[in-house]
Amino acid sequence: MRKYLHLALGVAAVVFATAPFAIHWAPYEVTMGLVQKIFYFHVPSAILTLVWALVCGVASAIFLFRKSKYADYVAVASAEMVVLLGSMMLVSGPLWGRKAWGVWWTWDPRLTSSLMLWITFLAYLLLRRFGGPGSDKLGAGMALFGMANVPFIYVSVNYWRTLHPQTTVIPNLVPPMAGPLWFAMLGFLVFSLVLVTLRAQLEEQRDRVEALYLAADES
Amino acid sequence: MRILRILAVVGCLGVVAPVASYAQGQTAARDEYVPISELPQDEQLPAAPMVVAAYAFVWVAFVGYVFTLVGRTKKLEADLKALERETR
Repeated sequence: MRKYLHLALGVAAVVFATAPFAIHWAPYEVTMGLVQKIFYFHVPSAILTLVWALVCGVASAIFLFRKSKYADYVAVASAEMVVLLGSMMLVSGPLWGRKAWGVWWTWDPRLTSSLMLWITFLAYLLLRRFGGPGSDKLGAGMALFGMANVPFIYVSVNYWRTLHPQTTVIPNLVPPMAGPLWFAMLGFLVFSLVLVTLRAQLEEQRDRVEALYLAADES
Repeated sequence: MRILRILAVVGCLGVVAPVASYAQGQTAARDEYVPISELPQDEQLPAAPMVVAAYAFVWVAFVGYVFTLVGRTKKLEADLKALERETR
């Protein structure tokens, strides 16, 4: 396991070190110019926010219905990744929007639902941290609720006319732009996978130590 | 008769005012909207600080998270050592 983690970390480091060069060489978008380069970090963070929210929801469902402790560890780790990547998405998006749309923020369905997703998973983490006994099951229910928001976020730009570009943008990208985007996506994916694995292991160890403390207190 | 004149004036104003206001609004809207690409150079927002800020935030967030993981691992190790001492 450790060997694969080191390998993944190495791949992520190489991708992150070379991604800025790939992004630099990518052509400028005609109407937005330089600021469009935020796209290469904004889109991977946004897509992976949704992916980890789905993972957290599925892991929470497994924890609730099959009582798998490891699924709960994965759920906690995924929720942290949703908040981390969601923060990147919510910071990089307005920086791009201010230049491209002239506003930092607008309450359109895509932006509002994304903010709601981020708040839901932040609330999940706060509940897990300070909720006390029973917060694991309550949190799992909350994660399912958060996961239900994911399809809505994805289709929102296609159903409502909003400022945000539609989902058809990415499949129709020209190859010189698609290449750096998928390269950055690979870096984000591998690095987040490494972080989630490490965080899940840490949660497992923490749970074991807690169980040992309880056993020591009882004996 | 005087009342009729007053009503006529008021009626005319009632018709003219919204039309004038609509026309003014249209002109104002036309005057206010300027595509970003047509803004004068000194009114345009520079793109580079936005791009740098976005990338910097991504890096700081990732590095910050790694540091919190390291911190939590160290705390866990300390807890484990304390537990070992307790159980001996």
